[in-house]
Amino acid sequence: MSAQRRTSEGASAVGRAGEVRAGWAMASPALAAILLFFALPAVASLFLSFTDFDIYALADLGNLRFVGLANYERLIQNPLFWKAMTNTLLFVAVGTPLIVALSLFAAMLVNSRWLKWRPVWRVALFAPYVTTLVATAVVWRYLLHTRYGLLNYLLSFFGVPPIDWLGSPTASLPAILLFVGWKTFGYNMIIFLAALQTVPRELDEAARIDGAGWLTRLRHVTLPAIAPTMLLVSVLTVAGMFQLFAEPYVMTQGGPAQSTVTILYFMYEEGFKWWNLGSGAAVAFLLFLCILAVTLVQLRITKRSGAI
Amino acid sequence: MQLTRRHMAGALAALPLAPLLGGCGTREDDALTIWAMGNEAASLPALLGGIAWPADAPPIAVQPLPWTAAHEKLLTGFAGGSLPSVGQVGNSWIAELAAIGALAPVPAYARRLLHDQFGAVVDTNRIAGKTWGVPWYVDTRLQFYRKDLFARAGYDGPPPDWAGWKAALHKVKEQAGDGNYALLYPLNEYEQLTTLALSAGARMLHDEGGRGAFSEPEFKAALAFYKSLFDEGLAPRVSMAQISNVWTEFGRGYFSLFLSGPWTIGDLKRRLAPALQDDWGTAVNPGPDGIGSAAPGGSSLVVFADGAHDKAAWDLVARLTASVAQLALHEATVDLPARRSVWTAAGLMRDPAVAPFRVQLERATALPKVPEWERIVTEMQIVAERMVRGQFSVDEAAREIDARADRLLEKRRWMLEKGRAL
Repeated sequence: MSAQRRTSEGASAVGRAGEVRAGWAMASPALAAILLFFALPAVASLFLSFTDFDIYALADLGNLRFVGLANYERLIQNPLFWKAMTNTLLFVAVGTPLIVALSLFAAMLVNSRWLKWRPVWRVALFAPYVTTLVATAVVWRYLLHTRYGLLNYLLSFFGVPPIDWLGSPTASLPAILLFVGWKTFGYNMIIFLAALQTVPRELDEAARIDGAGWLTRLRHVTLPAIAPTMLLVSVLTVAGMFQLFAEPYVMTQGGPAQSTVTILYFMYEEGFKWWNLGSGAAVAFLLFLCILAVTLVQLRITKRSGAI
Repeated sequence: MQLTRRHMAGALAALPLAPLLGGCGTREDDALTIWAMGNEAASLPALLGGIAWPADAPPIAVQPLPWTAAHEKLLTGFAGGSLPSVGQVGNSWIAELAAIGALAPVPAYARRLLHDQFGAVVDTNRIAGKTWGVPWYVDTRLQFYRKDLFARAGYDGPPPDWAGWKAALHKVKEQAGDGNYALLYPLNEYEQLTTLALSAGARMLHDEGGRGAFSEPEFKAALAFYKSLFDEGLAPRVSMAQISNVWTEFGRGYFSLFLSGPWTIGDLKRRLAPALQDDWGTAVNPGPDGIGSAAPGGSSLVVFADGAHDKAAWDLVARLTASVAQLALHEATVDLPARRSVWTAAGLMRDPAVAPFRVQLERATALPKVPEWERIVTEMQIVAERMVRGQFSVDEAAREIDARADRLLEKRRWMLEKGRAL
C-alpha cells in the first residue's frame, strides 16, 4: 500500500519533470525565434551604437572604431535630433487621443443596433487600414492639394482661404495627422468593436430606465467596461505614433523646413541616407527607451486604477 | 488525404511565401545587368536596340531605379553584394562609391572613351590618379532670366561680372514693382552658393579634403556677396517650399532670374505661356571679374568591381557612349551629350537656350571629391540660411561652416593618417 503510494508519488514527480520538459520543448522554437530575431539584433544594435560604423567601415571592417558614448553626445548637440523629438512628441500627444477617440466613435457607430448593413459599414471603415500605404498617400496628396484638393474645396464653403497643407511648415503636421488617423483607426475600431460586444446590454438598459442620458451611459457603463481595451489601444497607438515613418516619408519627405521629420525618419536619414549606422543605432536605442518608458507609465496608471 | 477546410486555409495563408521558393532556384548569372534611373532608364531599351550588341555576348537586362531611391539602393547593393555589372551613377556619387571600393577603374584599353569630353566632368570622375566612370550625359547650372524685364531695365542680359551683375539686378528690381524681386535664390538649396564659391575660385576643402577651407578669403567673398543679395532686397528670403510653382512665378515676374539646369529648358517651353516664349533666355554665370564657374553634373556609366563579364561590361559602356548612341540618347531624353563632337552633330550650338551650357561646361570646376561632400554642403547651406536670416555675420558663418565640416571630416582625417583614404 505505502510502497504503491510512493511509486505513484514518484511517478507524478517524474510526470511533472516530463511536463516541464515538454513545456520547454514546445516553447523553444518560439523562444529561439525571439532570441535570434529580436534579442540578438537588439544587443547587436546597442553594440553598434558605441561604434562609428559608416561607409568606410562598410568597405572594410578594419575602419571601424569604438567611440563609446560619442554618438549619443553628438545627438544631444544636434538641433535636428531635438526637432525630430519635438515633432514626434507632438504626433504622440495630439495623435493618440485623436485616433483613440476616432476609432471608439467608429466602433460605437458600427455597433449600434439601429444601423442597417452593419457588415458593409465595418468593412468600409476597416478598408483604409488594409489598403497599400503608398496608393492611399497618392490619393491623399490630391485631397490635400492646395488648388485642386477636395479638403480646401470643402473649407472654401466656410470662407476658409486655401491652405497649402503639405507645403507650409505649420499645416504639414496636421495634414499628416489627418492621414495617419484615417489610415489607422480601422484596426483600433475592430478591437473596440470586440470589446463593445462584451458590454452587458442589461446594464445599459438598466441605466437607461434610471434616466441616464447617452453621455452618462457612455461614461459610467460603456467606458468602465472597456477600460482594459482602452489601455491596449492607447499603448498600441502611442507605440505606433513613436514609430511614425512611412507617412511622412511618402507624403513630405520630412519637409517643409523639416517640420515632419519624426524620430524614425531622422534615424533613417542618419543610417541610410548618410550611412552613419552607428549614430542611427544610437537613435534607435533612444527611441526604444522612450517607448518603454511611456508604456511602463501607462501600465502603472492603469494598474492603479484597477483596470487589469 | 482528405482535403479539409483547415488544409485549404493553411495553404492560402502560405501563399505569400511562394515567391521565397523562387529565390531558392538558380540565379540568372548569365545576363549582363545594368541599373539606370529616371528618363534614361525609360529610353534604355530603345537605345540598346540600336547598338548592334553581338549575338554571342551575354544578354542585357535593364533594371530601372527611381532617382529618389537610387543612392540608397547603390549603397545597400554594395553592402549586400548584389550590385549589377554596369550602372548609371550621378557624377557627384562617384567619390563615395570609389572610396568604398564599389567601382572598377576605367582600364587602359577603354581609356580612349575619355577623349572628346568636358575636362571638368572627367576631372570629377578622377580620384587618386584613376578614372572611375565614363561620362554619359552632362549638365550644369546657369542663369535663366527674363529678357523683357532686363530690356526694360536697359540691359540685353545679365552682365558677366559681379559688380555689373548686381547693378543690373538693382535696376531690374526698381522696374519690377512692389512685392517683386530681381532674383530667386531659395534658401534651402546649396547650388547657388557653391556656384558663387566656385566662381570666386574657392577650393572649400584643403588638406586632401581633410579639413574645411570655408574661412579662406575666396569663399568669404562669395559668402558676403550671397548675403548682400538678400540684405539689399534683390532676393526674397524664402525656401523652395514657399514657391508653389517656379515657372508660374517666373512668368508673373515675381523674380527675373534664377539658377537651374538644362531640364528647365523643356519645363519653360511646356509650362510658360506662349506669349512669354520669346522673353526668356539662359546666360553663363557671373564671376568676380568676368564669366564665372559652375559645378559639372550629369551621370556617368560605371562598371562595378568584382562583377561578372568585365570585358562585356566595358564593351557595353563603350557602345552606349559612342557618338551615335549619344545622339540617340539626346533625341530620346533631351539630355546634353557628354561628347563635345556630338554637340555639333546634334546642332545644339544653334539653340540659343542651350549654347550657353556649352560655354559654361567649358568653364566648370569640379567640386571637392570626398564621400562626405553632400553632407558638408547641406550643413553649409543650413548655416548660410541662418546667416541670411541674421543669426551670423559672414565671418561667424564661415567659422561655423568650417567647424561643422571639420567635425564631419574627422573620420576621413583618421583614414588619411592611416593611409587608407582614397
